[in-house]
Amino acid sequence: MSKRKVRSETLYFALRNNKLRVGLSVILFFLVLTFVGPLLTHYAPYDYVNPLGAQPPSAKYWFGTTMFGQDVFTQFVHGLKATFLVGVVGGGLGTLIGILIGFTAGYRGGVVDEVLNMITNIVLVIPTLAILLIIAAYLKVRGILTESIFIGCTAWPWAARAIRAQTFSLRSREFVDLARLSGMSPWRIIFTEIAPNMMSYLLLVFILQFGGAILNAATLDFIGLGPTNAVSLGLMMNNAVLWGALLLGIWWWFVPPGLAIMAIVGALYVTNVGLDEVFNPKLREM
Amino acid sequence: MRRYLGRKLLIYVLTFFLAVTIDWLIPRFMPGDPVQTMLSRASLHAEAVEVMHGYYTRAFGLDVPVWRQYLNFWVAIFHGDLGTSVYLFPQPVIKIIMRAVPYDVFLLLPAILLSWFAGNWFGAFAARNKWLDNTLLPLGYILTATPYMWLGILLAWLFGVVLGIFPIAGAYSFSMRPHLSWAFIGSVVKHWFLPFASIFLVKFGGWAIGMRNMIIYELEADYSHYLEALGAPRGLIRKYAFRNAILPQITGLSLDLGVIVAGALVTEVVFSYPGIGYLILQAIQNQDYFLIQGCFLFIIIGVLLANFAIDIAYVIVDPRTRLGMVGESA
Amino acid sequence: MSLQVDNLTVYYQTLRGDVQALEGATFSIADGEIMGLAGESGCGKSTLANSLIRLVPPMRLVRGQVRLDGEVLPIDDARRMSDYRFSRVSVIPQYAMNALNPTRKVGKMMAELLGSKGVDFAATIPELKRRLDLVELSHDVLKMYPIELSGGMKQRVVMVLSTLLNPSLLIADEITSALDVSTQKAVAEMLVGFRDRGFVKSLIVITHDISILYQIADTILIMYAGQLAEKAPTDVIIRAPRHPYTKLLIASLPEVGVRYAERRLSGIPGRPPLLLDPPAGCRFRERCSVAFEKCLEAPPFVELEPGHFVACWKELGEDVDG
Repeated sequence: MSKRKVRSETLYFALRNNKLRVGLSVILFFLVLTFVGPLLTHYAPYDYVNPLGAQPPSAKYWFGTTMFGQDVFTQFVHGLKATFLVGVVGGGLGTLIGILIGFTAGYRGGVVDEVLNMITNIVLVIPTLAILLIIAAYLKVRGILTESIFIGCTAWPWAARAIRAQTFSLRSREFVDLARLSGMSPWRIIFTEIAPNMMSYLLLVFILQFGGAILNAATLDFIGLGPTNAVSLGLMMNNAVLWGALLLGIWWWFVPPGLAIMAIVGALYVTNVGLDEVFNPKLREM
Repeated sequence: MRRYLGRKLLIYVLTFFLAVTIDWLIPRFMPGDPVQTMLSRASLHAEAVEVMHGYYTRAFGLDVPVWRQYLNFWVAIFHGDLGTSVYLFPQPVIKIIMRAVPYDVFLLLPAILLSWFAGNWFGAFAARNKWLDNTLLPLGYILTATPYMWLGILLAWLFGVVLGIFPIAGAYSFSMRPHLSWAFIGSVVKHWFLPFASIFLVKFGGWAIGMRNMIIYELEADYSHYLEALGAPRGLIRKYAFRNAILPQITGLSLDLGVIVAGALVTEVVFSYPGIGYLILQAIQNQDYFLIQGCFLFIIIGVLLANFAIDIAYVIVDPRTRLGMVGESA
Repeated sequence: MSLQVDNLTVYYQTLRGDVQALEGATFSIADGEIMGLAGESGCGKSTLANSLIRLVPPMRLVRGQVRLDGEVLPIDDARRMSDYRFSRVSVIPQYAMNALNPTRKVGKMMAELLGSKGVDFAATIPELKRRLDLVELSHDVLKMYPIELSGGMKQRVVMVLSTLLNPSLLIADEITSALDVSTQKAVAEMLVGFRDRGFVKSLIVITHDISILYQIADTILIMYAGQLAEKAPTDVIIRAPRHPYTKLLIASLPEVGVRYAERRLSGIPGRPPLLLDPPAGCRFRERCSVAFEKCLEAPPFVELEPGHFVACWKELGEDVDG
């Protein structure tokens, strides 16, 4: 079968996969909201716009206002941006490090593999959050980008493990042997022969890293170790709990941020399974 | 088997070594004078400040060479001496932590184990069952994507504030002193339930999804097809698939411990549940470095112990590790 | 007659339409017959074999009937068919080396499988041990996990297990392709031994390797693009084939023993038609040097001489002027 036919077949199944359709639609919805949302509001996230303080959702304040009279919708759409940024940068970095270590360990094998595997396993056992906590506690000023980078730097181990295992199984295939015999350099083999055959797998890894980074960021933000100079969904929940939104029943303050995180991460997971079904014909339901 | 466990043990020893080293570095990374900063944060009597300043300078051992400081730290750890807390002056850190540990065990052990068993059972049940797969499984995705604190907040708001069924703060009623009575036990269970439920539900979704996906892989495996070709009943094929699918789920449990620790931390914060998670937040907010050190150390020890327990379980379930045929599978 | 297949037609359902992988197969296998089944990759030989034992979606029975010892097999009814599987029809799958559950000891797995089929495992142990001896396996394998066995050992375990209930028909699917030449020969001879001892009544041996068939098969059935081309005693197929495809196939082998089917037939221009929407009539038509108008109709599979079936209008005596 020609390469083009394979691609069109993948697309064919992709367009007919319900999980993929639902997942991508939800992500697209929030992505659009991230870019369009700020245009729909004329406030800044921390502006005190409502002198009456906490007010439930209304025509003027779509998602209501916080105890200090800040517009929840404005904070929400700006928080979405932070969420996607953390996902892309943190998830991307985690995947990238995972790819580098996984490919090296899986392709080189031997002592290199032993050492890298040992490091991976050690980092895997140390609870990520404990490290993040300590790092975050030391930085006086933290931006979303800094946060993303730290999250990416601690999230790579499982990606590295998964990619290593995949590389192992590809390494002994005929086309790789052929490339080796023809005198290609290892990195060229990895990037021209192995990586293209793992593209779908790497995409799945990235999606999971994306979701994981978002949840990690939410956790950090919630305990007050998130960005000090920006707004994020986790920070909104932190503030809501801190200022007694629970007891005061200001539900519109803490429901939207968590709901958005759940929807985005859930959609990512569903997309992941959908893609898996598309790439892996055995899993398709007939 | 010995080779497998030996390898694991080596990794754990190295991890512990590394973790303790990081732990040791914690106050030393602090910009400025850690002792001064720390004491200025705590509102102590002038007298106490003086005592503490002397104590901390000696404790950090800033007057001896660095390698000596590091060695002293190890010696102190093995004597169970983790220093004195500033935030809860003058209590020793180890005592504060030991007070919190039972709550963590009480909260996490049931939450982790029950969600794992229930999730796996349900996931196996739902796999290749069209109706369940299409109706209840989306719920699994939603649960596993839910941030722990948000579920905690929602449960606290709904059952605590709106319905008023459960209390939403502390480990037992503020009006009670810990003692052995049904009233007290009832209060403890009532305070425990919502934090437990939020951890349980999130994890339950994750395990159910994982198991469902694993079973579907296993049912397409060669050995399943062979059994089918030999006319084995569906029950036997599924039983075998389950036995094989449970292995990566056990590995998954050990990989997930770090995430569960994070989940427990924020859940304890939401419910002001007095475990180590809640403690570590207090310690950070008050820049109580000895307390942070102690909490970090205990989290590492807990995770390592749990990992080792899981490894032993894995060896019992997977014959291949017992035979030493697989060097590195978990 | 041990096995009788009538007009068996099986399609694969895909979202783009049916892949017509097996079209109107009609043939029979006698008691004690070892029939080789050969053809290029994708010619439908695996579809034919699977139809006889495990016809599951996306495969779909379009028409046709299969009878074993005079009894109709419910091949498209998975539940009823499982009563026939193993005891009446059995298989040594292509993936025999991965066919054993990795987390069960071999003996325990056998006990559970037989128990689930209502067979008393304890009573079969003596016979099981005799057969393990026959394939030169130690009785200790029963106490081992599959991972402790070599690939060849696992395959022999599967051979013993698959034939343990003395099925009427055994399908051996590509069982020699992963083995080295000397082991191939031993495994092939074990199959003949199974037949000679009456463990199985008749056998279908699917292979890419015609030299194996030359050693063990009584008859050979050649398939092309989902249709039967020719069936005849092994000698006849090798020395005096009549279907143009068989002729090319045999001629393209420098000598018997070359594995032919891994590569396309270089001597014949063109490639097999796609089975999603195959041309009507003889599917070999476009590559055939002797094709004529009549070939727009599908040729019947006719017995030209006793035991020699051919599906070709030319051989049926229909000629250009006809």
